[in-house]
Amino acid sequence: MWLAKIVVTYKKGILDPEAKTIQHALVTLGYQNIEGLEAGKYFEVRLKSDLKRNQAEKLIYEICDRVLSNPVIQKYSVELVEAE
Amino acid sequence: MKFGVVVFPGSNCDHDAYHVLKHVLGARVEYIWHKDTTLRLFDVIVLPGGFSYGDYLRAGAVARFAPIMPEIMHFAEKGGKVIGICNGFQILMEAGLLPGALIPNDHMRFRCQEVYLKVTNNATAFTRVYDAGQVIKMPIAHYCGQYFAEDDILKQLQDQERIAFQYCDSKGEINAAANPNGSKLNIAGILNEEKNVLGMMPHPERAAESILDSEDGLGIFKSLLGSD
Repeated sequence: MWLAKIVVTYKKGILDPEAKTIQHALVTLGYQNIEGLEAGKYFEVRLKSDLKRNQAEKLIYEICDRVLSNPVIQKYSVELVEAE
Repeated sequence: MKFGVVVFPGSNCDHDAYHVLKHVLGARVEYIWHKDTTLRLFDVIVLPGGFSYGDYLRAGAVARFAPIMPEIMHFAEKGGKVIGICNGFQILMEAGLLPGALIPNDHMRFRCQEVYLKVTNNATAFTRVYDAGQVIKMPIAHYCGQYFAEDDILKQLQDQERIAFQYCDSKGEINAAANPNGSKLNIAGILNEEKNVLGMMPHPERAAESILDSEDGLGIFKSLLGSD
């Protein structure tokens, strides 16, 4: 089985108030060394093992572009691993 | 002139829109079920407010893949008039019928309040009964209503007169204090290039009877009823 681990976050320049709020809370708690914080969404998508790696990659990128992220405001990263 | 109001799982302003069209204005109106795959004959499609599919993933992101949506897209591309209100606006944006995105309000709070809007473009099928620059009042009720687009898109919207409504104060001044959610250029509603698709965060259907304090929202539906 293929396992795709996908993280979707906001692009640079898009103010993410949730991330800012979390960062502010941490600083308020005394964690003064924090310079920045990004928040995002994490997905694990399992794919049938009979797909070749390039087929699995193509499928995952299509899903990310079309559904899991909004390319206007978000970016994503993908890690594709073989899993049991 | 016949209106269709799309019903998604989680829509909650569908009945309000239906009520205003049918009982306040006496227009012909029918519901459209999200699972339908063919569209009956309509002149205007309303994508109502609410929380379609629980706002999962992103507001509007799942509704845009509803079985009825290819028909709605086709209807819009042929020049059919579509108005998306609140969640309907979010759906139009996710579907790519309008440019930009709606992201969480800059202050991270749900805002349910009345706002003033400036009618920035009154030369459209949706706004023709208003005066240019008229200040109107209606409620907003959203968490995810901050309009965002890159600068080149914003310029295009301005150059092509595609900004329908902007948040303003009671005197019509467009300023930061009157911006309830951090939207770029105080944008509350925009049009597509052909100006047959309007998306807006405020709720005209909730400002359509005097008992509800404002009837200013009626102008949008009256504009549509008066159009061809």
